[in-house]
Amino acid sequence: MSSDFPTSAKVVVIGAGIVGNSVVGHLAELGWRDIVQIDKGPLPNPGGSTGHASNFIFPVDHNREMAMLNLDSQRQYKEMGVNTECGGIEVARTPERLEEFRRRMVSAKNWGIDARLVTPAEIKEMVPFINSDILLGGFYTPSVSVVDSLRAGTIFRERAQALGALQTFANVEVEDMIVENGAIKAVVTDRGRIDAEYVVVACGVWSPRIAAMAGVEIPLTPAVHQMIDVGPIPVLEATNTELGFPIIRDMDTFCYERQSSGSMEVGSYAHRPIFMTADEIPSIKESRLSPTELPITMEDFDPQLEQALELMPDILSTAEIKYAINGLLSLTPDGFPLIGEIPGVDNLWSCAAIWIKEGPGAAKMLAEWMTHGQPEIDPHHSDIARFYPYARNDHHVRERCAEHFNKTYGIVHPREQWASERNIRTAPYKDRTDALGAVYFQAGGWERPHWYESNAPLVAKYGVEDRPHEWDARWWSPIINAEHIAMKDTVGMVDLAPFVVYDITGPGTMAYLQSLAVNNVDVAVGRSVYTPLLDVNGGFRSDLTMMRLGTDFYRVITGAFDGPRDAFWFRKHLPADGSVRFEDKTSSFATIGLWGPKARAVMAKLTTSDVSNESFPYGTTQEVLFGSLLVRLFRISYVGELGWEIYVPMENARAVWDMIAEAGKPSGIVPVGGGVYGTTGRLEKGYRLMGAELDGEYTPVEAGLARAKVKSADFVGKVAYLKAREAVPAAILCTLAVQDHVSARDGIKRYMTGGETILTLDGNRIVDAKGRVSTVTTAGAGPSQRNFLLMAYLPPQHAVVGNDLLVHYMDETYPVQVVVAGSTPVFDPTDARMKA
Amino acid sequence: MGELRILVCVKRVPAPGARITLTADHQGIDTKNLGFATSPHEECAVEGAIRLVEEHGGSTTVLTLGAVEADEQLRYAVSVGVNAAVHVTHSALVDGADWDAQATARALAAAISPLEASDGVFDLILFGNESADSGGFQVGVRVARALGRAIVNGVKGITVSDAMVSAQRESSDGYEVYQLGLPAVLGVKEGLNLPRYPTLPGRLKSKKVVVPLLTADSVPGGLTTLSFDNAAEVIVQTTMLGTGPDAAPAIVDLIEELGLL
Repeated sequence: MSSDFPTSAKVVVIGAGIVGNSVVGHLAELGWRDIVQIDKGPLPNPGGSTGHASNFIFPVDHNREMAMLNLDSQRQYKEMGVNTECGGIEVARTPERLEEFRRRMVSAKNWGIDARLVTPAEIKEMVPFINSDILLGGFYTPSVSVVDSLRAGTIFRERAQALGALQTFANVEVEDMIVENGAIKAVVTDRGRIDAEYVVVACGVWSPRIAAMAGVEIPLTPAVHQMIDVGPIPVLEATNTELGFPIIRDMDTFCYERQSSGSMEVGSYAHRPIFMTADEIPSIKESRLSPTELPITMEDFDPQLEQALELMPDILSTAEIKYAINGLLSLTPDGFPLIGEIPGVDNLWSCAAIWIKEGPGAAKMLAEWMTHGQPEIDPHHSDIARFYPYARNDHHVRERCAEHFNKTYGIVHPREQWASERNIRTAPYKDRTDALGAVYFQAGGWERPHWYESNAPLVAKYGVEDRPHEWDARWWSPIINAEHIAMKDTVGMVDLAPFVVYDITGPGTMAYLQSLAVNNVDVAVGRSVYTPLLDVNGGFRSDLTMMRLGTDFYRVITGAFDGPRDAFWFRKHLPADGSVRFEDKTSSFATIGLWGPKARAVMAKLTTSDVSNESFPYGTTQEVLFGSLLVRLFRISYVGELGWEIYVPMENARAVWDMIAEAGKPSGIVPVGGGVYGTTGRLEKGYRLMGAELDGEYTPVEAGLARAKVKSADFVGKVAYLKAREAVPAAILCTLAVQDHVSARDGIKRYMTGGETILTLDGNRIVDAKGRVSTVTTAGAGPSQRNFLLMAYLPPQHAVVGNDLLVHYMDETYPVQVVVAGSTPVFDPTDARMKA
Repeated sequence: MGELRILVCVKRVPAPGARITLTADHQGIDTKNLGFATSPHEECAVEGAIRLVEEHGGSTTVLTLGAVEADEQLRYAVSVGVNAAVHVTHSALVDGADWDAQATARALAAAISPLEASDGVFDLILFGNESADSGGFQVGVRVARALGRAIVNGVKGITVSDAMVSAQRESSDGYEVYQLGLPAVLGVKEGLNLPRYPTLPGRLKSKKVVVPLLTADSVPGGLTTLSFDNAAEVIVQTTMLGTGPDAAPAIVDLIEELGLL
């Protein structure tokens, strides 16, 4: 052990690729000192994925969080002088791809990225050696760039060193991670042990191995991305530059062609998924090139050779394949990075599964999060706490990655469902919903009926219009709208088994929940509280409902998509004195919703208890008997109708499903799917959804969820919340109605899917005082009034009822009008139906 | 003279440059993380053959004795311009394992004879000087002897004219030139040329070529493998002489010590 090797540090950062380097740079800039960075490889290229990356950035992404990380990273690379703009053209060989490009135009406009659709002739003009005969068109982004990620890493380290904040040690191997009392304590290396308050795992494909040493999971898999380097090519050599031509993404063959001085790099996401585990990656000494540049399995690349030759025959037919690798990169089950504190070990943070294009931005997100408790860009999709236990293991990671690897350049519908890892969480009455022809969407791993084919006759009965365009109708059915109308006509039953249920008990419960919730939770036993939870910046951390079941007993209900993040938040804030007990009861209860004007009549047949409005008012909960079975009723609604959520012990759930179905027969009860519950029902009522309307970048004031009074108790985010209440909101959540669906291009009626940009009548995007773009957060039908509704945040001057605007969909605009500014429901604004 | 018929004998070996991991029982090598390549001397032999044929016309055939996986190296040779390939194998040959030089030479000679009987004598048979893995320096010599032909090893230059081949090799004082009548056998060394890489069309063409698969007689050679061991690792010690101008005296001392001043 040499004497200069530290025995303690404030924070140890493991990894010196683009991510680890960006992390030490940003931590130092935010004031962190005593940072020790280690890597098992040499500098500046320790042998991870950074060393063989193609280093290009196509900034447009349909996902807001990823687009923001791309743009922030590109800005940082530019500031360091390592960003070379060369432009990039995604080319289409199929009509479907051209349609996708129109969709990309919307995303580009959304994020303020200059882009345009180009003809084959225009592509040929920019890239003379391309075979434009096989192309239908392209999507050109002038700001596409190539970065020097190794140089950027060195600059980040040097900046941190200049601040006196960083010591970096290469060729140091991590041998163990020491955890004490649930918190990280030390990193044991082959050069000695370093005690540390914080540890960041930023070692890419090796991250799962390091996490496992601490007894936790970083759910990613090392995966092969094949790449060859072909040259010399005279026309490229003649440019006398690294990048003389735009990068080509041959989207329909899942390949790219990127100039690298005198040769062309051809990379592929088209081959079969080839995965390894972190432990299978060869050591540096065992590697001819580097541990992440494995020998190519050429037979997997051969089809792409033919496609590349077809695209660029003039330059690729004589050039030689000088370099060919099975390069390793990181893939996650849902394709998003793994950023944040790792559930299970305090102060152990992950910054993994990050590519060059989002590296510095992701590191900034992590550093802000570690420093302030919340990053500037909302980390909803990247938060490593987002996974249920079933989704954290190798099996799930591989199943999902195998499914999405070939979608890297794929056309993925916003509503698209996974095919793998299905039927792993199912309600006890699934045979009943199967028999009703349920079409399932997955929610938190649960199979949840989205609509029921048995309701197909309702489409004609209620005269519901179909959607003529295949894209708009994909993963959708007119039955959804018919179920909506039927429920509001009679009564519906809704499978809500995916609901996440937490029981919070113990003498400290009241004080604990008051410290997290915006709204006062000190309500009478038997009553409920709907409340946001905020982060320290006053943005939404969660949005949920609590029932008070006893003096020191609350039951918290939250959505299937946010369960793990909410559990992490609750656990993180538990008092150290053991006065509060937190239990996840999700697997103990199934929930069935019963709503509609005839719900009370049906309920009266199910129980002898008094379910009148007087005895069982809105927002209250009671236990009642259905025959011999004790169930909990909660009079609440997310669909705007009279009724109850019925909480049933799992083992009784099938029997209770049957009882409800039977009792509802005379009333004409219909099974109603998640299409109504999650979209149409909630849209008409203006209900906000965490992850759609609500995230860390918006406040309850902007979302229209601020109450008249603020409780006296302190809570997380209160300072920021009070400040937000004082100020004029920069944006107000509005509901808009589409005025005309007919496409000017082909005369077909089009229906938005969400994520579109709201434009002024002169076609400009709308940016609020905080720099946020007005984007459609949810789109869907309002079947009760036969309209089509969009939710979007608008700056106050636009958030005016009757204001006419446009929505940008598939590169066309459609007229929309603000119908509600704020949280008043579009339908039944006084909630008379719900509170009947 | 007319067109040349050239045969190149190649061997699939672990791609040089990586540390070879041994199996736990030291009876073989762990191939899990290994890439494989044609032994580098033989890559030059392949390139040399292609250039001779480009100059004189004719055809080149590549031949290997190896496990089924050695098909990759045969097709690689085709992808850079070789015309035909022949694969001699045996069910007992597993990837990463080896027959000794005697058994290998016997199998190759046995395969060459019928090839020549049907299509004509090879004017030149090229070997690598030695393989990159076992490095026995014997196979070429043994095959030449079995065929009754002259052989020169260590060749770094080849020219063919008037049914003669001129082979050049380096010596400590310059170079030696040998003149052999055809048919002849040469063992070539890296440095003979800079081998080309495959082109995309070359690679695609190599996928389609039909490679005859012959089975070797399994007559054991004279050597038996007992076990493998890695060579001791050479640890390089770095001594910092100083930084900046302060380091100058130490550098001068060192240069003097090395007798360079």
